[in-house]
Amino acid sequence: MKKTIITVVGKDTVGIIARVCTYLADNQINILDISQTIVQGYFNMMMIVDTNLTQKDFGVIVKDLEQLGENIGVIIKCQKEEIFNQMHRI
Amino acid sequence: MINIFEVAETNEMIEKENLDVRTITLGISLLDCIDADLKLVNEKIYHKIYHAAKDLVETGEYISAEYGIPIVNKRISVTPVSLVGGAACKTPEDFVSIAHTLDKVAHEVGVNFIGGYSALVSKGMTEADERLIRSIPKALAVTERVCSSVNVGSTRTGINMDAVKLMGEVILQTAEATRDADSLGCAKLVVFCNAPDDNPFMAGAFHGVTEADKVINVGVSGPGVVKTALEKVRGENFEVLCETIKKTAFKVTRVGQLVAKEASKHLQVPFGIVDLSLAPTPAIGDSVADILCEIGLEYAGAPGTTAALALLNDQVKKGGVMASSYVGGLSGAFIPVSEDQGMIDAVSAGALTLEKLEAMTCVCSVGLDMIAVPGDTKATTLSGIIADEMAIGMVNQKTTAVRLIPVIGKGVGETVEFGGLLGYAPIMPVNGFSCDAFVNRGGRIPAPIHSFKN
Repeated sequence: MKKTIITVVGKDTVGIIARVCTYLADNQINILDISQTIVQGYFNMMMIVDTNLTQKDFGVIVKDLEQLGENIGVIIKCQKEEIFNQMHRI
Repeated sequence: MINIFEVAETNEMIEKENLDVRTITLGISLLDCIDADLKLVNEKIYHKIYHAAKDLVETGEYISAEYGIPIVNKRISVTPVSLVGGAACKTPEDFVSIAHTLDKVAHEVGVNFIGGYSALVSKGMTEADERLIRSIPKALAVTERVCSSVNVGSTRTGINMDAVKLMGEVILQTAEATRDADSLGCAKLVVFCNAPDDNPFMAGAFHGVTEADKVINVGVSGPGVVKTALEKVRGENFEVLCETIKKTAFKVTRVGQLVAKEASKHLQVPFGIVDLSLAPTPAIGDSVADILCEIGLEYAGAPGTTAALALLNDQVKKGGVMASSYVGGLSGAFIPVSEDQGMIDAVSAGALTLEKLEAMTCVCSVGLDMIAVPGDTKATTLSGIIADEMAIGMVNQKTTAVRLIPVIGKGVGETVEFGGLLGYAPIMPVNGFSCDAFVNRGGRIPAPIHSFKN
């Protein structure tokens, strides 16, 4: 399993999760966990996904999601899980 | 499992607090490029570096995209050129041809600096060492990306005062040779005591002879992250302050460790060390001086500055060593003037002087760094400043360095603009009393008594 963290930050609007999930489904990316909160009035979502089955290069997924975020008007980041594990776990 | 707040904290550090990996530096040994024929030496150097580093920039960008962390610089360090070119270079001009080769290959592989145009002369100079040192002004004037360093002292050997005297002259000549660019050449020239073999930071990086054929060293940075963390503990006691710095340094260093491991895997080059430094940039919020202010000083340079910096440097190391098995290089807080907005402000306000900076270098990780001084400063005065700084390193068994920029044609009160990461600096006054007779004595300062540990 190749765990990847997708974060979406921005102004709340209808269909953010739907559009991100559609992209993930189209690319065989499985969602393992979703959490969501509102921080200082901003929509804040984190998904843990598995990118093991996707055919796409990681760099392409990063760019696609960034573009999707621009279309919706939010910031979408896609990062491999290790950076967070390294930083927050001893 | 990682939670949303941890993810948000990391991304906030990256987006708002300038957390980045400052440099991935690929160290390359050029010892196998040695030849008596200068043309062959240049060819071998070009091919060795090109093949070793052709994927470096691309790999750096790939890792950056994978983890969403900026990797600001990709650089190369090589074996001190005085050793590599010693057999072939009969004149300083011959050494300059190697500088051209290094510059050319740096452009072609896309790195922004290549370090190692260096000589290690802490006890004595070979003829080749001296030729290389005398070639530095021209080498730095005719190349763009080559960085030079000279190690003139160590705790074990004492200080080579002949080399110190020569470096005062070489710094002035370099300033003169690059006067059209506000003496920018001097920003690429460092004089060291106890220079580390595995430093990834420029301008002082070189690939020591004790190193493997190739090695990946990574320098992390995060003054803004430390500053922001300290904002949350205003008014708390020193224990809380230190804990906060340590925890933050741990997190920052872990990112460096991850990137170093990944780069090592992708490039199939062994991982060397993580240099856990707080390296400021001129960007707002990326300042070591601002951390000192957050600790409780009105400006860097106010009474208490040396103590605050000592504390900061120590906690950065304590937090950092827990995060990586192999820590090396310079590791600590850098206090360059022109590359740190808070330092520039402190100088402009009259809070920070050269003498106070010297005191601060006793407890920080490097030395007198990126300090602009009047262009009419005498060579012997520069040598005197170097000697002072080397003595601090020698006696305290630490690395110290001097990177002074005598700006030709400018004086105290004027400002010099280097651009980019090198920033800008107000020209600082230098103590004008003579040290000619001291510098001109010639010879060596013996190693201190505590160097005899055998």
